[in-house]
Amino acid sequence: MMLHIENLHARIGDNEILRGVDLDVAAGEVHAIMGPNGSGKSTLANVLAGHEAYDTEGVVLFEGEDLFALSPEDRAASGVFLAFQHPVEIPGVGNLYFLRTALNSVLRRRGLEELSVMQFLALAEDRMKSVEMDRSFMNRSVNEGFSGGEKKRNEILQMSILEPKLAILDETDSGLDIDALRIVAGGVNALRSPDRAMVVITHHQRLLDYIVPDRVHVMAGGRIVRSGDKDLALELEEYGYGELGHASSVDASTSVGATP
Amino acid sequence: MTEVSNDVLAFANQEYKYGFSTDLDTDLVPRGLSEDTIRLISSKKSEPQWLLEWRLEAYRHWITLEEPLWQNVHYEPIDYQDIIYYAAPKTKAALASLDEVDPEMRAMFDKLGISLAEQERLSGVAVDAIVDSVSVATTFKKKLAEVGVIFCSFSEAVQKYPELVRTYLGSVVPYRDNFFATLNSAVFTDGSFCFIPKGVHCPMELSTYFRINAADTGQFERTLIIAEDGADVSYLEGCTAPMRDKNQLHAAVVELVALEGARIKYSTVQNWYPGDAQGRGGIYNFVTKRGKCAGANSKISWTQVETGSAITWKYPGVILQGDNSIGEFYSVALTANHQQADTGTKMIHIGKNTHSTIVSKAISAGHGQNTYRGLVKMLRSAQGARNYTRCDSLLLGSKSGAHTFPYIEVKHPSAQVEHEASTSKISEDQLFYCRQRGISEEDSVSMIVNGFCREVFKELPMEFAVEAQRLLSVSLEGSVG
Repeated sequence: MMLHIENLHARIGDNEILRGVDLDVAAGEVHAIMGPNGSGKSTLANVLAGHEAYDTEGVVLFEGEDLFALSPEDRAASGVFLAFQHPVEIPGVGNLYFLRTALNSVLRRRGLEELSVMQFLALAEDRMKSVEMDRSFMNRSVNEGFSGGEKKRNEILQMSILEPKLAILDETDSGLDIDALRIVAGGVNALRSPDRAMVVITHHQRLLDYIVPDRVHVMAGGRIVRSGDKDLALELEEYGYGELGHASSVDASTSVGATP
Repeated sequence: MTEVSNDVLAFANQEYKYGFSTDLDTDLVPRGLSEDTIRLISSKKSEPQWLLEWRLEAYRHWITLEEPLWQNVHYEPIDYQDIIYYAAPKTKAALASLDEVDPEMRAMFDKLGISLAEQERLSGVAVDAIVDSVSVATTFKKKLAEVGVIFCSFSEAVQKYPELVRTYLGSVVPYRDNFFATLNSAVFTDGSFCFIPKGVHCPMELSTYFRINAADTGQFERTLIIAEDGADVSYLEGCTAPMRDKNQLHAAVVELVALEGARIKYSTVQNWYPGDAQGRGGIYNFVTKRGKCAGANSKISWTQVETGSAITWKYPGVILQGDNSIGEFYSVALTANHQQADTGTKMIHIGKNTHSTIVSKAISAGHGQNTYRGLVKMLRSAQGARNYTRCDSLLLGSKSGAHTFPYIEVKHPSAQVEHEASTSKISEDQLFYCRQRGISEEDSVSMIVNGFCREVFKELPMEFAVEAQRLLSVSLEGSVG
């Protein structure tokens, strides 16, 4: 199993956000996680990537290794990638420079040789095509002045250059118009491979028309309350979240609403 | 910010690499300051009578002054009688060539990464090397002389070009200017002198490297740069000092004069010993730097990267006298540990359509306190004058501070002044984003800090930009410029 999560809890202070998540993701699979606001989807993504704001309990194994033993940068090097819901701006740091530094840091941590500027440029040019980004992006500061769609495309570009084993996409579709959605989904689909697993967090069934998942999970109140195949997403679209996991999550979701 | 603090400490506490001292045989005058000290310094330098008189006038004025207290820095009172005002490494007579530079001295400069051997200079930067109170070597003099550029130590200029010195000395920073400039006028020992004649584009970068070596000494150098009509020069200044647990005073004066259509670009990477992590020792860098755009269409540009010194207190300014003249000030000031900086600029607009640009980037880490203080003054004559000011502060950790004091005086209704300011912290989100991409926490901080400074770094000559980034502990090759 590439990713094994067992009884995962996460809290900030007294506020427990994840309340016992269980999830298994095998290589080559795409899992969609859906659920209402405040159900803990983004927290799950952040905890997997190593955000230090949370106190955690439970077991998370990535390729059999304890993920919690690794720093965020070591998780990145071992192949965990998070496409952020809100990519930050880093003024004055060129996008291309940032990407090359990231890739070379990851290669160095893996004990591999770093890419030269020329090698990197060739790689970047190639990958930029897959997300339909032109070169002018590369000389701008990281995400500075990017539109919402440009930021999300930039995340997918980074993913395609870093070639992770486990890609977690946190609401990558939010705020995208239909064209941007198509481009982003195209970039993601191009990266599907038997060696790679993806966890796609989304609010809307719409994205799953483009990225067809192997499994769909519904989160509510800090737990996965229902799992199924891609048809589950359609069911959700029709009936909403209200009906699902009703019994198991009412108490939880009220306190989740108080997330700071 | 608790997660960040360890890294910030590491970033802020990087070891000072230039803290060694060299055992040089040094000629010192007795401690303390009096007319006798000044006469002694003047006679050691075989100065003309007018210069001695000028020094004495400055001294007599200085003893009537009180040390200024308005700046936003704190230090124990300086005992001016406990400073050695002249320290000169002993040399055998005059040097006939650079090959005769004392091997100890040469080794010291090699260790600092400054080559005194001309053929080894890759980029063709002429260097005037100043140790304690005197200039020990100036490279590429001959090559510069071929195009009429004079580049030598101040002492040599006093001997060889007394009329030029007499005409311009004190013409931008008069000896009555302020407490430290007045002190400097009385006791200055050496410095660099540079004269670019009419229409000459200086064929190489000129640079002065300042090194304080002797203990308990003050360094009071004086730099004078004159660019005649249509002349053009880029000038670099670097400085280091040994680690000593007692504070040392550095009170320099720099005067720049740009005549009609002349351009002077003055870049500083200031890396004086900043003191240790507890705030013991370090250089008090109390410096007066000013340029005068005396002629129409002239331009003076200051770029400074201030990472050293226990206390930095300086305002490189430009007097925009000539019509259409341009003044620029680009600054990065980093204060870590217990360092303090009160720095900024003064742009005095006198001529018509004069323009000034101020970009200040202040970074505070540890207990560092960073103050931007800038004056933009537009006189009644400054029709159509414009200023753009941008002051950004970046805080690392929760114990550092950033302060901004802009002073704006506008007397002409057509003048335009823009001021933008921001204060930010390196956010957890930025750090997490970088680290999630595989970049270590330390490299992430460096990268974010360098990005913050980019606007200023791109103004530096290439070689200095690299030095500046390295100073901020980074490997940002390729992303600047």
